[in-house]
Amino acid sequence: MITAQNLSKAYGKTTALQEVSLTIQAGELFGLIGPDGAGKTTLLRILGTLLLPDAGTAFLDGKPVVESYRAIRRAIGYMPGTFSLYQDLTVEENLHFFATIFGTSIAENYELIRDIYVQLEPFKNRRAGQLSGGMKQKLALCCALIHRPRILLLDEPTTGVDPVSREEFWAMLQRLKSHGITMLVSTPYMDEASLCDRVALMRDGQVLSTGSPQSLIEAFDRPLLAVQADDTYRMLTDLRQFESTYSAFAFGHAVHLSLKAPVWPELVQSYLLNLKHTGVSVTPIAPSIEDVFIHAE
Amino acid sequence: MRAIPYIVQKEFLQIFRHRIMLPLIFVMPVLQLLVLSFAADYEVDNLRLHINDLDRSQASRQLVGHFQASPHFTLTGNGAGGAGQIHRGEADLLLEIPLGFNRSLAKGNRAEVQVAADAINGVQAGLAQAYANAIVQSFSRQFSGPTRGLLSIETANWYNPGQDYQTFMVPGILVILVTLVGMFLSGMNIVKEKEIGTIEQINVSPIGKGAFIVGKLLPFWLIGMAELSIGLIAGRLVFGLPLAGSLAIIFVFAGLYLFVVLGFGLLISTFTETQQQAMFLAWFFLIIFILMSGLFTPIESMPPWAQALTKGNPVAYFVDVMRLVLLKGSGWQDVQPHFGVMAVYAGAVNTLAVLNYQKTN
Repeated sequence: MITAQNLSKAYGKTTALQEVSLTIQAGELFGLIGPDGAGKTTLLRILGTLLLPDAGTAFLDGKPVVESYRAIRRAIGYMPGTFSLYQDLTVEENLHFFATIFGTSIAENYELIRDIYVQLEPFKNRRAGQLSGGMKQKLALCCALIHRPRILLLDEPTTGVDPVSREEFWAMLQRLKSHGITMLVSTPYMDEASLCDRVALMRDGQVLSTGSPQSLIEAFDRPLLAVQADDTYRMLTDLRQFESTYSAFAFGHAVHLSLKAPVWPELVQSYLLNLKHTGVSVTPIAPSIEDVFIHAE
Repeated sequence: MRAIPYIVQKEFLQIFRHRIMLPLIFVMPVLQLLVLSFAADYEVDNLRLHINDLDRSQASRQLVGHFQASPHFTLTGNGAGGAGQIHRGEADLLLEIPLGFNRSLAKGNRAEVQVAADAINGVQAGLAQAYANAIVQSFSRQFSGPTRGLLSIETANWYNPGQDYQTFMVPGILVILVTLVGMFLSGMNIVKEKEIGTIEQINVSPIGKGAFIVGKLLPFWLIGMAELSIGLIAGRLVFGLPLAGSLAIIFVFAGLYLFVVLGFGLLISTFTETQQQAMFLAWFFLIIFILMSGLFTPIESMPPWAQALTKGNPVAYFVDVMRLVLLKGSGWQDVQPHFGVMAVYAGAVNTLAVLNYQKTN
């Protein structure tokens, strides 16, 4: 449904995307996971026909993005990272406007947005600018859906939204899958990766790895230890000197240590105790998607 | 193109959503028209006059009487010390009647009076001297009598017989009001979509750029025309603005003129990212256009290079057409060159704006 081949884009001297290739199947809920500046927005804007790539090609629904941008714009719904509806129009007026410019009406596609819109209905005469963050995102999703797109591109839809609304939002996306809509969602939150069918991990304009969250975790074959000590920062520098260390990163109060080869946890413990660390604890853990991301080369 | 009515509908919804906008667009211009037309008057009344009558004769008292009778002057002092009065800013004009004034006149010789004006405000000083000259001349005519065969000038002001400044200013001020709506509101309106990011949503929709531009500008074209109508009605009712020519010419020209001004607004919006920048750039153009439109200073009194510049000033053309048609009753034939220039202008500005608009994405 969506294919990107060696997409590259630079803004002046800054490289935003470097030879990115992706294939997304029809009906998939696909996640672009990565920190700010990873190139997620640039990729979505190219796929959304808002930006021309410097090199490479992309196809949506079999049509090239650059040449067939008009046809593609009818087939996609795009939700930008910043709230960009008319703040001085009401909920209903916004929805009505976006329906009409696509040549449709709210009534025609109501059943597609019904689940979401019922939550907004009590506020339908309220101006969009006065909605809460979560409500704004729901309205934006309704507006992106009102012309019944086959592909939905969502740029960080849950950034700046409270945890409950985030959960609700993902539940809505899951339900939309039953309508056969292909969705590409970018997010900086690693925990949201597990809600996607497949994800691509992105960093510095490149895709590190692609696959289902489970398969990415399973493919992580390095032993992983969670290490704690009283002085986390000194411990981190010391662990990076440890001969079996592959990589070590702070992870909350602990350090997640990935190893070149299996090592007894006691060996790490005694290494730290020799360096006069106190309160040391070392536990083998199963990797999460965040570990996969952080410890990827 | 199918989407244009929806965009226009949305624009009107947004424009009138803000409670301030309706009065801002329709009441404020009328107020401005009233205030500016009453205030922008070239006549200067109540100039403070200091008279130093050294002659103290019948003739000199008569001359002083003439000055006192004029609405342009108020006597604020007499005797010596007039220079000090001017220096302290307590008088605007000093009239000194020398000793022997009466005697010279009686003998039929040349008599002289001295007039000194505070020229800090050059326009006012010039007018004060002109008024004083006129009074002295009428005095001398009366004193010496027509039999002396003095050359006198009779003036007639055609098309504005009373040299009524309101009649002269109102058409020009109307032009400025229409220009303000066209240039400020349209430019800022498009930039606002960029600033808030809503243009992203529009760009991913099937709306073409042409339809978007037309949809965004059309409301302001309509508002501009409505504003002109309201202004003309107010001008007619309040100032008795003469409607010597055909209103159809005015409205057709205004429609064309608004294309030019809206094109400028669009052009400005392609160069700017925020409403603040758009405002500043629009103001830059407007201040030049307005001050060099011939409304406040006659184009004929500008240096040649500035006169050449006004040839590229759309405001000057509209002011000219308004005065020609409303005051003089000029017909289609007379303003044909104006139409030609405006049509070329509209084509050029809008082509440039649309090309530049496309380049930015």
